[in-house]
Amino acid sequence: MHFLENLPLATKKFILDLVKGACGWLCTKLGIALPPWAMPLLLTLVSILVVIVAIIAVYMVMFALMSVAERKILARMQNRYGPNRAGWFGILQPVADGIKMLTKEDLVPRGADKIVHFLAPIAMVAPALMLPAIIPYGTGMVPVELSAGILYFFALGAGTELAVFMAGWSSNNKYSVMGAMRAIAQMISYELPLVMSAVIAALVAGTLSPTGIVEAQGGYSLGFIPNWFVFTPWGFVACLLFYIGALAESNRCPFDLPEGESELVAGHLTEYSGFKYAIFFMAEYVGMFAINGLLVTLFLGGYKAPCPFLEWIPSWCWFFAKLALLAFSMVWVRATLPRFRIDQMMQFAWKFMLPMSFAALIAAAVWYYAGRGPLAWGLSALIVGIPYLALGHFCFTRHHTADNRRYLYSE
Amino acid sequence: MNLPGSGILKGMAVTAVNFIGSFLDRAHAKRLITEQYPEERPTLVETSRSFPFLVFDGDPEKGIRCTACKICEKECPPQCIFIVKDKDANGKPILRPQIFDIDISVCMGCQICVEVCPFESIRMDNIYEVSAYDRFETLVLHKEQLLKSNVYYRQIHPTEAAQTDARIEAARVKKAAAAKAAAEKAAAAKAAAAAKAAETQPEPTA
Repeated sequence: MHFLENLPLATKKFILDLVKGACGWLCTKLGIALPPWAMPLLLTLVSILVVIVAIIAVYMVMFALMSVAERKILARMQNRYGPNRAGWFGILQPVADGIKMLTKEDLVPRGADKIVHFLAPIAMVAPALMLPAIIPYGTGMVPVELSAGILYFFALGAGTELAVFMAGWSSNNKYSVMGAMRAIAQMISYELPLVMSAVIAALVAGTLSPTGIVEAQGGYSLGFIPNWFVFTPWGFVACLLFYIGALAESNRCPFDLPEGESELVAGHLTEYSGFKYAIFFMAEYVGMFAINGLLVTLFLGGYKAPCPFLEWIPSWCWFFAKLALLAFSMVWVRATLPRFRIDQMMQFAWKFMLPMSFAALIAAAVWYYAGRGPLAWGLSALIVGIPYLALGHFCFTRHHTADNRRYLYSE
Repeated sequence: MNLPGSGILKGMAVTAVNFIGSFLDRAHAKRLITEQYPEERPTLVETSRSFPFLVFDGDPEKGIRCTACKICEKECPPQCIFIVKDKDANGKPILRPQIFDIDISVCMGCQICVEVCPFESIRMDNIYEVSAYDRFETLVLHKEQLLKSNVYYRQIHPTEAAQTDARIEAARVKKAAAAKAAAEKAAAAKAAAAAKAAETQPEPTA
């Protein structure tokens, strides 16, 4: 299994060796002497290119698989078959979708701001494709080793908000602007608990580097329970908060009200068609994978195996297995929950998620200083449990609305 | 007091049961009830109907029941029936349609033609795969396409066909009885006339 573990890195090294050998052979053949700095520069560029191609290829394949898997899973949950016509069990559905998208007419409304309308999908997809760079996919398999990777992730992730508003504003359409407004309100509101819960993981791990955070979750307590942050009271809460925030950031159900078709046609996507629409769609899914990857890194132990006797499976397999599980759970949530109303969405962000993330932060700090033992467990469970019950009771039960409300026209 | 968030978990359980159940339910009787159309065909209920057709007994040329009386043509609300009466070599009209067209792109399946037909010759079919690329030529059904045997009618609408057959049989019996009665009456009249003739025979004695 050592071979499989090293397969991605070995492939990269093989390609680099190939380029080096080919270059050397070409130079001797042509009789050119390269300057001493040329070869390292070339190799660096090639290695960057290899990583970029690998990331884009992996994410595109995941996007294609997800687009068909989501529809199949959703269908099963609603007692339907889902797409099963294109290819074997509908596996070629993404190809059909892609051809359809590419051959569609690219419409730009007459009143649109044409330059911004054109730039918005690019501004959307560029940060989304840059997000996966800092995620550690396996042991030693992180494309860009940044000591402040988490910071980089959130700084880039905020860029999609601009793109969404560019799309909404330039379309010159009421639905687009309203959808974009909602998207901005939602993303800014949910960014707070999202970053707060990421801070908790960084706080306990003592580093902002994703690899460092994963390494902090290594090992097992009692011999079989992995030391993932999700298995602590504060980590569980922070993980859930991060998950909900991730749902909201990637505009997925139940937070898909920026593009809620029953009220806003398609929100900021209303005036987009063809390839530009496909790019928005792709950016949304890549962003979802990236933020799920960060969730795996922060709370689910990244590329670590869940039990000691399963460690023979390559680390990158574990990462992608966890990612697939999270993607499945997001489809599951989508199949289950109805869409929020805008005021419920805001209320949930500011009245519940933000206080809960503060509570989890305090609980993490207490757990950190109380020695990580049973006492720390109890204290931190209390610190997150009491606010949960209190907030749940006071925010979401109707104490303030009059029960004797009368609907004059429905009686 | 319910724990906050327990409702979400209940909902998730419902969808999970559906998800797993859809794989366990091999017979697809309860969960995956979608009919996979081109491979699986629906079993039509007996009363299902789509467009009219012309019934014939035995031979499609001779056994055609339609007499080109044009009642259905007149009664048809969207006027989708077009009939031309047949003529023999001498130009004399005969009780048979030369042209009988139904434009099924216009037909609304109201069954009024069936109800008004005095000869039990037009009935409702239950075909449903009649889409075509050309809406002017291929969707106008001509006599040759409309003619279908009574055997086919008995297959698609057994109850209705039995009633129709019984009515036709009763009419036939009644007609035969009437013919017999008329024949008897004629014979009696003839006999009477003969007797009278016999009686009056000796009158002109010359």
